[in-house]
Amino acid sequence: MFPTPIQRTSLPVRVLYRVSLFALLMVWLLPMLAILVTSIRGNADIISGNYWGWPTEFKLFENYAEVFNPARSPMFQYFINSVVITIPSLFMAIFFSAMAGYTLAIHRFRGRILIFAVFIAGNFVPYQILMIPVRSLFANFELLDTLWALIIFHTAFQIGFATFFLRNFIVDLPIALVESARIEGATEMGVFFRVIVPLIRPALASLGVLLFTFIWNDFFWALTLVQSDKARPITFGLQALRGQWSISWNLIAAGSVIAAVPSVIVFFILQRQFIAGLTFGGVKE
Amino acid sequence: MKKETEYRWLRLQFTLAPVYFLAPAVILFSLFVLWPVVQSIWISFHKWSGFGEMVWIGLANYRELFGDADFHIAFANNMRWLLLMLMAPLAGLFLALFLNQNVRGIRMIKSLFFFPFVINLVVIGLIFSWFYNPDLGLLAELLRLVGMEPIPVLADENLATYGIIIANLWPQTAYAMILFLTGLTSMNSQVLEAGRIDGAAGWTMLWNVVLPQLRGAAFIAVVVTVIGALRSFDLIAIMTAGGPWGSSNVLAYMMYQESLFNFRMGYGASIAVILFLIMTVFIGFFLRTVVKNER
Repeated sequence: MFPTPIQRTSLPVRVLYRVSLFALLMVWLLPMLAILVTSIRGNADIISGNYWGWPTEFKLFENYAEVFNPARSPMFQYFINSVVITIPSLFMAIFFSAMAGYTLAIHRFRGRILIFAVFIAGNFVPYQILMIPVRSLFANFELLDTLWALIIFHTAFQIGFATFFLRNFIVDLPIALVESARIEGATEMGVFFRVIVPLIRPALASLGVLLFTFIWNDFFWALTLVQSDKARPITFGLQALRGQWSISWNLIAAGSVIAAVPSVIVFFILQRQFIAGLTFGGVKE
Repeated sequence: MKKETEYRWLRLQFTLAPVYFLAPAVILFSLFVLWPVVQSIWISFHKWSGFGEMVWIGLANYRELFGDADFHIAFANNMRWLLLMLMAPLAGLFLALFLNQNVRGIRMIKSLFFFPFVINLVVIGLIFSWFYNPDLGLLAELLRLVGMEPIPVLADENLATYGIIIANLWPQTAYAMILFLTGLTSMNSQVLEAGRIDGAAGWTMLWNVVLPQLRGAAFIAVVVTVIGALRSFDLIAIMTAGGPWGSSNVLAYMMYQESLFNFRMGYGASIAVILFLIMTVFIGFFLRTVVKNER
């Protein structure tokens, strides 16, 4: 293990390590702590400029209820929109990518490395080079400013990363399993559904959490493909509400917490899969 | 005879399988990612407001771009982003070294260090805008504490870009840290012990024994950070909208403004093409490594 395990050092060093660990963590999380505390402050604190001291009153319920009240702000609608965009695109992207990843990993045909490379490269292009044509395309189908535009686009775009990810996972699976299923007379579709899909379940979980955060956190495509409340996801909605709430920083903070919380929860529940997914393919050599 | 048809059927299946397995992914990806790249390049040779006819003007957009002072500022800022964001892999490495210990609660602590990465940039942009706010931000409070005047970071032409980059370093360092931590935990302990027996310790150990084993992690951390830095858009949109007076603009945001606010689609497309070309270099690096592993 490197650096030297702290257990092998002297007592003062160990104490110093613990103290600095805690101090660094507090500084590191200060932005998050500040926003959490602000989200439960009352208006009195905001008016008197008490942003950084101890709250004089706790308005946890009032602030979050205010933000989530459909009569007072469209935040609830934005939240639902985000869910409606994220979940289907995530499943569709994974399904199509699993199929593509399977054939790219198992079947030997000409151009498979090239196709694989194109999926990886496409995943890294700047969004701006897609913006004008993608907008025109959705405009032609009269899908601009609908949830469909975001669902379809995220599905298509995430296929790049997801195919890269799943193909690399499937390539490491024991090919003998595929061959024995074939000998027993399974078709390629049968092999895919009955052999491959059960085997890649752990990878699907990792990929699922990653895609969830990628899609949930998207801002650019929300900004350029939709404009009305009925289709805005929470990232874009939050930015829009900022003007309306102007100096009510407690409400902005509560809105921010709501926008951030789903990704954070998904991460903490599935953190092993998340980190395995993030480092997979990259660090492996 | 029956055997032969069966064999033919199997062969046909193997030839056809890649086609139908790839079809949905390839069609969607081509329609929404690959073809738009080609179309944007085509649009960049035209004058087009987004409505009506496109007028072919050859390289005029590019010629105008190279003389455009705003483009120079945005390009210079992209380079600042690229260079300064490299602090993220470096800081991430040191953070990983600091956290690679077996003390009680370390798993939770590592997660807490990592989780800024999963927060969306809109929220991060809002938090940092508020930090920098000269009236009510933490930075202003701290400066007042030591008897200095508050600095309006995001309203200052010379500071705005750096203020935004610092906000982006927060989640990006977390990302690099997790890559290095994974590398450190999967490190070959025999090599480390051999190094220790040879008398290596501290910096020599880090430089000669540890870092070579972290090459893979470092490569990914640097390439992904650079590509992310060049793609930066969200924080600029949230924190300054490119201002004050275009001083914190970057190519990605300038493209968005020119196309959707000034209705200059052709000009916007040419900015996107330039950004794409710069990024192709780094995408190429990444691809070369991935494809080399296949051989």
